[in-house]
Amino acid sequence: MSETSSNIAEYSVSELAFALKRTVEDSFGLVRVRGEISGFKRAASGHVYLALKDDRAVLDAVAWRNTLGRLAFEPGDGLEVICVGRLTTYPGRSKYQLVVERMEPAGIGALLAQLDERRRRLEAEGLFDVSRKRPLPVLPGVIGIVTSPTGSVIRDILHRLEERFPRRVLVWPVPVQGEGAREAIAAAIDGFSGMPEGGAIPRPDLIIVARGGGSIEDLWAFNEEIVVRAAAACSIPLISAVGHETDTTLIDLAADHRAPTPTAAAEMAVPVRRELMLQLDQLRMRQQAGLGRTIDEMRRHVDGVARGLAHPSRLLGTAAQRLDDLSERLRLRPPAEVVRVQRLQLLGRGARLDEVAADMIRRSTEALSAISGRLAIETLTGRLETGLSTLARMSPRLDQATRGRLRAYGERVEALSALCHSLGPQRVLERGYVLVRDETGSLVTTADDAKSKAHLSIVFRDAALNVVPELDERPITRRRPAGNRSKTAGKQETLL
Amino acid sequence: MAKSLAESLKSDPARPTTDAAVASMSFEEALAELELIVQKLERGQLDLDAAIKAYERGTELRQHCTTKLKEAELRVEKLSFDAAGNARLQPLDPA
Repeated sequence: MSETSSNIAEYSVSELAFALKRTVEDSFGLVRVRGEISGFKRAASGHVYLALKDDRAVLDAVAWRNTLGRLAFEPGDGLEVICVGRLTTYPGRSKYQLVVERMEPAGIGALLAQLDERRRRLEAEGLFDVSRKRPLPVLPGVIGIVTSPTGSVIRDILHRLEERFPRRVLVWPVPVQGEGAREAIAAAIDGFSGMPEGGAIPRPDLIIVARGGGSIEDLWAFNEEIVVRAAAACSIPLISAVGHETDTTLIDLAADHRAPTPTAAAEMAVPVRRELMLQLDQLRMRQQAGLGRTIDEMRRHVDGVARGLAHPSRLLGTAAQRLDDLSERLRLRPPAEVVRVQRLQLLGRGARLDEVAADMIRRSTEALSAISGRLAIETLTGRLETGLSTLARMSPRLDQATRGRLRAYGERVEALSALCHSLGPQRVLERGYVLVRDETGSLVTTADDAKSKAHLSIVFRDAALNVVPELDERPITRRRPAGNRSKTAGKQETLL
Repeated sequence: MAKSLAESLKSDPARPTTDAAVASMSFEEALAELELIVQKLERGQLDLDAAIKAYERGTELRQHCTTKLKEAELRVEKLSFDAAGNARLQPLDPA
């Protein structure tokens, strides 16, 4: 055994360990390895220690501070990554490990999952609310641009600004990817936002945060929370123009406006100066035409009114003449004189008033006397005598007329009496007829009627005879001699 | 751009309407008031005195706007910082 042992070269621990170290480093050199991060730990020095693992093995790894700063994303436990680095050993602890030189997420999916989680969280905070969006100034005097000071992005923006409306531009240079990019970008936005009005450096009226196109990892700084929060908190309206049109980063959601490209951001930032000049020129013409129209209208109005007016000089002439006249009269008759004359006139008028009143009284008295004279008694007696003589003259004529008329009436009465007599009952009685009357004098013309009467009066030619009716059914014959008739009459008288 | 700008101006409640000192007005404030004045003049509802006053004001606003439009020089500077972190401006040549 010992002999066998003695044939084998003997190494010290160190010799073997460093031999292994050489072997490992020479054999593998630069490797690319895929695994899931676990045990992620950042030391005070800034170096990061972690392990990459799959289902059957674990590989320790270390990432020095400067390497980590260049990462486009935030590594952490559970994230599947692809690391590029050199394998080495750590002889002090009998350990081998990977020194990571580059690290990237193993799949877009892993990164997007992280992005989605962050987007939801910030959205819930209200950082992306539409109500937070501010309008852009129409014509910013100073434009602040946060971007890389070199490269096509700043050139494109400045070129388009010059085309449309040249402005004063302040560029805040920042790295747009890699180590320190997120901190620098956030600090630039905060820096512009905090600039006082009227300071040594003019405060921008508008900020553009820009970066050209790239992979999602290249654009990752603009997804970083610190940058998104700075954009949301910015006190100046902010346009984000990160990547190409199809790329959306979280700063786009937090910005007031999102431009699909840096060139588009310049177009949003300023109007076209030529168009504004044209607009101003049109306004000038409209302004002049507007005033012209107002003046024309006024002139027409004035012309219309003027036609209804007498010519001013004519009005003035009349007035001037009147003024002259009055002036002359005023000069000839100073006020005191006028008062004196007026007083005299007044006194004169007072005296005349007395005269007129006396005259009126005198004339009224005269008129009264005249009327009284005509009221004398002679007049009335005269009129009475006239009346009497007229009456005397008229009376005989009245008598004569009356008498004549009475005679005519008398003659007519006589004629009518004769006629009446010839037609009256007396003539009938003289021919032998009688009238029978009852006690009231009414004619009784039937036997029936006569029977009911107590007395009857028979009126003959010469006189009336009272009789008492007695019923006698015997008819009276007309053949009786005249003696019988008188006998009957006598008998009747006797019966009474 | 110019059209939407005029529209956005009309809806801006903070915009002064009259008698603001023209010299201190922003371009958009002056332009918006000028638009208003021109519209008033075009409607012909002002009496002659007011129309002339409006015209004078409009002219002042227009000259102010024109002056603003003439201030059109591309001047590009970048910020740089000294060791103490103080910012200063220096010309930028975006080569």
